[in-house]
Amino acid sequence: MPDLLLELFSEEIPARMQGKAADDLRRMVTDKLVAEGLVYEGAKAFATPRRLALTVHGIPARQPDLKTERRGPKIGAPDAAVQGFLKATGLKSLDEATIQKDPKGDFYIALIEKPGRPAIDVIAEMLPVIIRTFPWPKSMRWGARSAKSGSLSWVRPLHAITATFGLETEEPDVVKFSIDGIGAGQTTYGHRFMAPGAISVRRFEDYEAKLKAAKVILDPQARKDIILEDAKELAFAQGLELVEDQVLLDEVSGLVEWPVVMMGSFEQEFLAIPDEVIRATIRNNQKCFVVRDPKTGKLTNKFVLTANLEATDGGKTIVAGNERVIRPRLSDAKFFYETDLKTRLEDRLPKFEQIVFHEKLGTQAERIRRIERLAAEIAPLVGADVEKAKRAAHLAKADLLTEVIGEFPELQGLMGKYYALAQGEDASVAAASEEHWKPQGPTDRVPTDPVSVAVALADKLDTLVGFWAIDEKPTGSKDPYALRRAALGVIRLIVENTLRLPIVKAARSALAGLSVNADSEKLSNDLLAFFADRLKVQLREQGARHDLVDAVFSLGGQDDLLLVVRRVEALGKFLDTDDGKNLLAGTKRASNILAIEEKKDKRTFDGVPDAALYMLDEEKALAKAIDQVKSDASAAVAKEEFAAAMSAMAKLRPAVDAFFDNVKVNDDDPKVRENRLKLLNEIRAATRAVADFSRIEG
Amino acid sequence: MDALPDHMRPERSFQGFILALQRFWAEQGCVILQPYDMEMGAGTFHPATTLRALGPKPWNAAYVQPSRRPKDGRYGENPNRMQHYYQFQVIMKPSPPNLQELYLKSLAAIGIDSAVHDIRFVEDDWESPTLGAWGLGWECWCDGMEVSQFTYFQQVAGVECAPVSGELTYGLERLAMYVQGVDRVYDLNFNGREGADKVTYGDVFLQAEQEYSRHNFEYADTAMLFEQFRMAEDACKKYLAAGWREGGNAKEHLMALPAYDQCIKASHVFNLLDARGVISVTERQSYIARVRDLAKACGEAWIHTETGRTV
Repeated sequence: MPDLLLELFSEEIPARMQGKAADDLRRMVTDKLVAEGLVYEGAKAFATPRRLALTVHGIPARQPDLKTERRGPKIGAPDAAVQGFLKATGLKSLDEATIQKDPKGDFYIALIEKPGRPAIDVIAEMLPVIIRTFPWPKSMRWGARSAKSGSLSWVRPLHAITATFGLETEEPDVVKFSIDGIGAGQTTYGHRFMAPGAISVRRFEDYEAKLKAAKVILDPQARKDIILEDAKELAFAQGLELVEDQVLLDEVSGLVEWPVVMMGSFEQEFLAIPDEVIRATIRNNQKCFVVRDPKTGKLTNKFVLTANLEATDGGKTIVAGNERVIRPRLSDAKFFYETDLKTRLEDRLPKFEQIVFHEKLGTQAERIRRIERLAAEIAPLVGADVEKAKRAAHLAKADLLTEVIGEFPELQGLMGKYYALAQGEDASVAAASEEHWKPQGPTDRVPTDPVSVAVALADKLDTLVGFWAIDEKPTGSKDPYALRRAALGVIRLIVENTLRLPIVKAARSALAGLSVNADSEKLSNDLLAFFADRLKVQLREQGARHDLVDAVFSLGGQDDLLLVVRRVEALGKFLDTDDGKNLLAGTKRASNILAIEEKKDKRTFDGVPDAALYMLDEEKALAKAIDQVKSDASAAVAKEEFAAAMSAMAKLRPAVDAFFDNVKVNDDDPKVRENRLKLLNEIRAATRAVADFSRIEG
Repeated sequence: MDALPDHMRPERSFQGFILALQRFWAEQGCVILQPYDMEMGAGTFHPATTLRALGPKPWNAAYVQPSRRPKDGRYGENPNRMQHYYQFQVIMKPSPPNLQELYLKSLAAIGIDSAVHDIRFVEDDWESPTLGAWGLGWECWCDGMEVSQFTYFQQVAGVECAPVSGELTYGLERLAMYVQGVDRVYDLNFNGREGADKVTYGDVFLQAEQEYSRHNFEYADTAMLFEQFRMAEDACKKYLAAGWREGGNAKEHLMALPAYDQCIKASHVFNLLDARGVISVTERQSYIARVRDLAKACGEAWIHTETGRTV
């Protein structure tokens, strides 16, 4: 079956857009092929800085013929209806229609055969639409045609389109279409500098091979492999080790069609700058890799660059040029770093009085004062020294105003730590500058030093409560202040450090520090529900059952996240046992019966059952078991021994089973019936010592 | 090139370097303009770019524009940061299909050979909040150094570009430093002579950098500048209002250029106030918006003038 080759040749496509563009091209073309009845065997898309390419193989040469039936009017229908039917179906007369028998009256059926069209025609029709509607994150107009409305938009000016279709064994046909003056053909171009001439291509195999001969490596993965291997080898040859960097590798591979990896160096004196600053300088500004000494783990004065050229002088000029650019960059970085060291962190704080954190939440300085106060309150609860926590919170944000952070915002926190250590702060206080930002996401490390933990919690709680108070909560996919991440951070800090921190109390305290009017009760409940949601997401991602989280939160008053998690864990284990499963089934049965009878009688069956009305042993046994379990489970819960509470629950199971086996709830005597329903209600009440079983699925 | 005396070769002298660029773009059919006679932050502000980018009429121009960035002053102590430097600006409307090739040839004309230098087009989307303008394009890299800005204007002064112009901006000092192989801008050979006849960039500009840094950061009269901003803003609005005419069935404007001068003025005065540190973060946004409003109103006026008109 024939194959399709498509290439869209343009001016340089931004590196960050190439991967998605290749995926989009493959998806759009193959979806449309399938929608047109052209089921293909395989497809693969590629991107370089100057081209998007797609190969689809095994496309049928023709669409299948389509047969459709169309129902017409009843026999003997008015002429207008008949004429309409003939017109719509293209039949010449009713003789060409068949008649369908039907008890309600026979009617006409038109059988319409739509012959399949040649695939190449279908493709020629679909490609211009796909190109015109291509989802670039940002696109532009260019050239003389942009004077008229409706001119083509592309990521950068589009210069040529190659589109061929045909069998492996034959000369393929050009898919004939043209878009905004660019006609599809079979001419592409090689490397911008090393082989700029036109290349005539027929199909994917010779296309890829001819491009390679013209110094273009089509496959981004192949370019990445070359860069990584060559870079490692260059480092290894000097007894050094490449600092691998996947994000940088992705970007660099999108900046070259023909990667040529070379090593340069800079002056030793720059190694006095922290490694992270050197790396940020070289990586962000120059898109080069850095190299470390495997013995010390420290950076060396080498860097690895990726050029797009096999230079006629062997690359000497390129390496020298890059070194000349990196030198002043590092010189700037060194200057920034040394300048920063001249000012103590606390002396930077007055500037925060001028910087608005959020117009409704005051300045950064006010926010820092709130975090300080909150950190001091939280410190004893997490085992941190109060004075250290206050000091750490006082300094934690100060590096935001340093020169290095102005240049490399991604180093925030880390530089704070360096500067704090340099001015002789306590190690825990210094560490908190870096650690209080953590955890940044579900996989980021959670700080463990109590001082860092106190500041991290204070920072995140202030953020959450603040934005809740001014009603800037996340909605749908919008979470501009990253509040979900902050809440997850609080959860992980508490749970992974096994901390006891009542959220509602902490939230109220945080709110008290804000000069915003908000209903404290409503806010803390709202926020607690948000934490419950986040916890559910978190547990679900870890494979735990989110319904168990609901079952625990639904008890009310659960604002100790650590206890919630422990209870959920114990509950999960219990429900994995036979006792747990049967008790759940029994409780559900009790609830179902109650729900039906409550609806029937339009009343609830609260209240203590009357022991005098117990008719059967099973009733008495159940009542006794309930009393026992209630007291045992509550005692265990009070001691926070959830596994013990669950074991106590297990004792309820035989009595519940026996009750359902031998007792008819809806007794003829209404008093007995009512009493039995009250007893069922007691089962439900007893299980609430550990969880709301009605929220558990299954 | 052979006819060129040594001291005029682009790799020998700064002036030769500029002349080589001018000559190259003159050969591509550009009118070679002289710098606009007002202080401005970038060559883009020159009406030959900002206003001429609007409207359907073809326009190809190239010029050097002294660019003033008061905040970038370093009292002459930084090897390559200055509050006054030169940009070389090219604008071609509509953008020709081979603009990238022309750009690469222009590099060859100033001595940058693409057989030994690694030249790259790296994504850089351009936006000027004060001009109400944006475009897509690249930073052009030579061996890892940004040497030019390449933009396809999509919108200028709040008006959609139809057709789109291509704009090239060369940082002249930086490129010349690279070509001459010097690490400090003040060491650039300005006139290409040697010995006693040699004039360096420092001979021409070092004292100015020191004096203007002092002025920009310490002494610029802020009361006067605030007043000047207000006056320029008022004058711009006044000239715009006075320039409209109802002619036949179409509106026309007769004073877009003088009004736009006041917009340029306001923008530069704002930059000076900003350098003096007397504009707060929140005020900053509102000043930028005020300049943008002027620029947009000027753009609107321009497309109703003889040169900028749609039909």
